[in-house]
Parts: sequence; C-alpha cells; structure tokens
Amino acid sequence: MDNGCFSSPRCDFPAGLRVLVVDDDPTWLKILEKMLKKCNYEVTTCCLARHALNLLRERKDGYDIVISDVNMPDMDGFKLLEHVGLEMDLPVIMMSVDGETSRVMKGVQHGACDYLLKPIRMKELRNIWQHVFRKRIHEAKEFESFESFESIHLMRNGSELSDDGNLFAVEDVTSTKKRKDADNKHDDKECTDPSSTKKARVVWSVDLHQKFVKAVNQIGFDKVGPKKILDLMNVPWLTRENVASHLQKYRLYLSRIQKENDQRSSSCGMKHSDFPSKDLGSFGFQNPVNKQRDVSIDSYNYSDGSLQLPNVETKSHEGDPKRIVSQSTIAKKGRALNGSITDTNMRESLRVGLNQTFAPLESEGNHAVFDCSIPTQYSWTEVPDMQLKEEHKSLVHLEDSFNQMPLHGKQHHIHVDQSQSVASISSAPSITGEEVAACIEAKPLFSDYKNDHGSSVNSIGNAVDTFPIQPGSLVMNDQSLEPISTTNSGLKTQGYNNLSCIPDLEIYQRSLLLGSEAASAPLDADLHFHWLQGDCYNMNFGLQSIGMSEYYDPGLIAEAPTHLYDSADYSVIDQGLFIA
Amino acid sequence: MDKIHSHRQVAAIKHSLFDQGYLDEQFIQLEELQDDANPNFVEEIVTLYYRDSSRLISNLDHTLERNPLDFNKLDTLMHQFKGSSSSIGAKRVKAECTLFREYCRARNGEGCRRSFQQMKKEYATLRKKLETYFQLARQAGPLETAYRPK
Repeated sequence: MDNGCFSSPRCDFPAGLRVLVVDDDPTWLKILEKMLKKCNYEVTTCCLARHALNLLRERKDGYDIVISDVNMPDMDGFKLLEHVGLEMDLPVIMMSVDGETSRVMKGVQHGACDYLLKPIRMKELRNIWQHVFRKRIHEAKEFESFESFESIHLMRNGSELSDDGNLFAVEDVTSTKKRKDADNKHDDKECTDPSSTKKARVVWSVDLHQKFVKAVNQIGFDKVGPKKILDLMNVPWLTRENVASHLQKYRLYLSRIQKENDQRSSSCGMKHSDFPSKDLGSFGFQNPVNKQRDVSIDSYNYSDGSLQLPNVETKSHEGDPKRIVSQSTIAKKGRALNGSITDTNMRESLRVGLNQTFAPLESEGNHAVFDCSIPTQYSWTEVPDMQLKEEHKSLVHLEDSFNQMPLHGKQHHIHVDQSQSVASISSAPSITGEEVAACIEAKPLFSDYKNDHGSSVNSIGNAVDTFPIQPGSLVMNDQSLEPISTTNSGLKTQGYNNLSCIPDLEIYQRSLLLGSEAASAPLDADLHFHWLQGDCYNMNFGLQSIGMSEYYDPGLIAEAPTHLYDSADYSVIDQGLFIA
Repeated sequence: MDKIHSHRQVAAIKHSLFDQGYLDEQFIQLEELQDDANPNFVEEIVTLYYRDSSRLISNLDHTLERNPLDFNKLDTLMHQFKGSSSSIGAKRVKAECTLFREYCRARNGEGCRRSFQQMKKEYATLRKKLETYFQLARQAGPLETAYRPK
C-alpha cells in the first residue's frame, strides 16, 4: 500500500466493492462469484469458514462485506457472523435455502445486516453495497476524525517501531480511505477539491501535528480553541480553519479510541450499566475485567447521564491484545455528554475501532482515560477524580513509561480499543477530553482521591499485566488527551491525550475543572465533517491505528511505551503518519 | 436453415423443461450470467452440481441404510442437498427434498426412503435431459451464426 491509495478515493462506488463469499457448496460459490463479478465487485470466494476468518484477519481492511451461508460443516454460519462482527466489524449477509422465520431472526440477532434466501437473484446482490455504505456513513460521521487521528498516531508509532506498522498504517489508511470514500461520495468532497471549508488542503505533517499538540497542551485541554492554538503554533501559513478542523478530528479521534476500547471490551454489547452513582471508581474499576458489562449503546447517549462502559473483556486470549476489552467507564461519561453518538454510531465506531488493529490499543488507553475522566454521574470535577485515582493505581501497575497515567493504561488497556469507541461517544466531548486529561494526570493530582477504587484499580492493573501493550497504549492516550483539551471532544481528546503522552498535570487539572464546560460542549457534527474532509488524515490515521496495533504487539511493547510517551516521539510518529 | 432448426430444437427442449416443471427461474438466472467471459457457464455449473451432489447422495444413501435412522442427520444432509439443487433451479428435485425433510421431521423412515428414491429418479431424469440440451446447444452453436448469410 502506498500513500497513493488514499489520494484517489473511489468515485465509482460501489464498483470494486470487495466481497468475501463463504459457502461450502461449490456450485453456489461459483454462481455467486459470477453474479458478484457481474455487479463489478471484487470477489473472493472461500468454502471454509475458518479459512475465511483467516483471510479476514490477515487483511483487516481487505474486504468491505462478507456474504456467508448459514450451514457450513466446519463452523456455524452464525458463529462466523459473530466473529466477523466483533473482530472486523464488517457488514455480513447471511444466506440459506431455509427461510424459516426463526432462522432469519437468529441471523439478525447475531448481527447480520441482511438474510438472503437461496436461490439468490442477482438483483439482490446488486444492492448489497448499501450495507457497506450505510456503515460508512455512520462511521464516517462519528469516527472519521477519530480514525484519522488515531491512524496518525498509529502510523507514527508503527513506522517507528517496525515496518509492519507502516504496512498497517497503509492498510489502515486505505480502509480509512475506503470509509471515507463512502462518505466522500456522500459529501462529494473527495472526488472534488475539498474546498468547502478549507481553502487548501493542509497536510498535517508530523512536525505540524506535534506543534499542534504542544499548543493544545500548553493552552489547556479544556481551554483550547483554534485561535489560541494557531497563535501558539506560530505557523504563518496555517489558518484558523485549518486548525479548527484538525482540532475536531483530534477530538473525534480520541473519542473514537475510547469508544473502540469500550467496544472491544464489551464485545459490542453495551447495556446501561448501573453505575453506582457515587462511585465512579467502582464503576469502571470495580468491575473486573471479567465482569462483562454490557453497555448498551444507548448509554452512550450521555444525555441520560449514564455512560456505560462495556465490560472489559480481555480478548487477549484471542491472541490479540488489542482486543482487550476494558471496562471503560464510558457509561460514566454518559453524564454530561450529549448523546450525539447514537447507539448505532457507537457500535459502529467500536466496530471501526475493532477493525483498526491499532484501535484496540489506543482505544483502550483512551478508554481508560475516558473512564477516569468521565464521571457520568458526577460533576466534572468529581468524576475525573475518581477516575484518576483508580487510574493511578492501575497505572502504577503498568509500565513505567506510563508515568503519566498508569491507571489509564490499565483501564485503557482494556479499553484501549474501547476508548476509541468511547471517544465516539464523544457526545460528551469536552468531558472526555478532560477526563482523559484528568486520568492522565491522575497520578499526581488525584492522589488524594478516594481510595476505594484502588482495589479495583489494582485488579485492573492485573488485567493490564496481561496486556502489556496497554501501557504503551495508554501513553499514547495521554498524549492525545492533552492536546485535545478542548471540551468539545472529551472523548476525542482522550484519544488524543493518550497519544500525546502529555503528562501535564496542570492541563489535566484544568480539564477536570472544565468538566462543566466540556459537558456542555457536544461534539459538533460539523466537526466531524470537517474532519472527514481531511481524508488524508483519515488515511494516516488508519495507518496509525494499524501501526499501533503492530506497535502494541506484546513483543514490541517494551519499545512502544518509550516511543509513545515521549512527545518528541510523537512528532516522529507524526512524520510517519502525515504522509499526505 | 439447419442452424435455425437446431436452435429451435434447443429452445423447444428448454421450454418443455420449464413447462414440465423440471427447471425454474434460477436456470434462467444462470443463463443470464453466461457471457463472453464464460460462454459455457450454465453447463459448467450443472456439471459442478452433479459432481458435488453425487457425494451428498451417497451420504444420504449410507445414512438411510443405518438402523435406527438418524433423522437429524438425514435432515441436515437433505438440507444441504436441497440448497445445492436450488443453485441450478432443479425444481422437481427440490420438491422431493422438501417432502423428504417433512418425513424426517415426522420421523417417518419409510416415507423418507420412498421420497429419496423418487428424488433420485427426478435427479437422474433431469441430468439426462440437460445433457441432451447442452449437447444440442453446442451443436447449434452461437445463435448469431445461424443467421449469417452464406
């Protein structure tokens, strides 16, 4: 993959849609292949579910949609459906000769976006692109920016750490790009010159982004604003609009990471958790990783003030540390967050996050931060404190590199992916950022916070151990959090803070205090779109995320943290990312 | 003239297959998929079907010989076979499959065996008819050539 991939978005969507067909019946496989080719789709056939999963895992962003038969010898179609939904977050269409209502219902319950009856008509296949498009729109709207930022970080880390990172980054970029394509098509920006909001496309190089992050951190997570950042950055050719849109993306990115962390942990199942209203710490931390909290997506609608964090499910057993599902206290975030992120979005963001290899790590980190900082039910200041405390503890257990927010790491590790998803929840944008910041800063700042969370934190810490990556991921989050400081993207910022490794306690403190500010600042949908415009970002982000995953590879963890935590590294990473 | 006649013959066979309920709309779908890239697509699919489904039939045969009958397994196998048969639009064969599955659910072993025999008959009949059809179609050649002036 080269950068050129995302420089030319698909304007002829849905042509070229990459479909993976799984069916044990060779006759049907051949027919479907022919039919799909006639629709101008790119077809890959597979007669074994296991093989299909391998294909999907190998190329995380290699496919847009999966069509699978229900009855297969080696694996139940529904199981495959679940796996794909969780791991790759791709739309899956089920097929069967059996059209019994119960079967169809089961399919839908397991997450199938459609259920086709055999014999399948070609006209039915012609329209499968709608499922991809729909998903992209949702994703793009909420998480495009997250992804971008995320991928940027990932890319940086990835490129720094290994070649794989680059590879991932590229892939991610492509996927991000593809997502964007759908959206672009929608916006008709990609194909044309994105000039609606920006005069000219700004390439956010690593250096530039670093300056941006530094400025954000300097100003204060919660107080950040495009003008201030612009002034601090002191880049003559940069305009306020450039900064504003980049800021949005950054925020979204953080949110997304959070969200993804959440998602991962909760297996995309989030139900309103009953947070102990008073005990934030208990919320996220007390629920051990094992505890599966289903945070309903609804919870993400912070309006009700209860952000549910998906239970952290360490999916490490799956061999993918990134998956670590952290019990993000996303639910907490719900507090003041505007539920701009609908359940669907959350899911999608989560899924998106899941897709991103990197996502898990980052999101987790972010997530953790999120949890810390987003006291759904408490005032800003309160919640973050609690969060921080817990995070501190968990952080302590984490690697040293997480000096900033060891706790974050912990929680995040679970949430890493989730944080992204949580980020998506960004409905509580400001809060998120602050919270995250708070979390990051937690250590020094919140030492006097309640200690009841300590235990939970510890437990989380243990969980973290299993995911060495976490610390690294957390660090990332820290970084990301800081720059975001603006309240608008609580979630986003989180992601950002994490990435930026900003151990600036002051900033976090401010973030915490800003709570109210953050809470009231819902993510601006426009921001999303601004973000979207920067498809190049997305690409980068995608890469980043990919890189991150690579980065967070346990084997690499040792290295990662240092890279991550160092803001200087951050810029280096940026370099890798901002290829555009 | 010969060509046209051949084509008419081919068309007649096809019509009768549809009229007599041997084939359904799926077969037409397959024909529509046939193009320059795959000029013998339909025949390839049918060949593939018969090759793959023979395996399923022998499985069913073996399972029907067991005593007592494992109806669940029979149902599963037949479900697979039915799905496969739907791929070429083998209408009569599919109908027998459905009947077979009903007998399975009713735990009617005798009914299963009877229906299975009937299904195999339909399966064989269709195969012969399709073989004739494809043979004639190949002999007739592409439709355009039939009208090429000499």
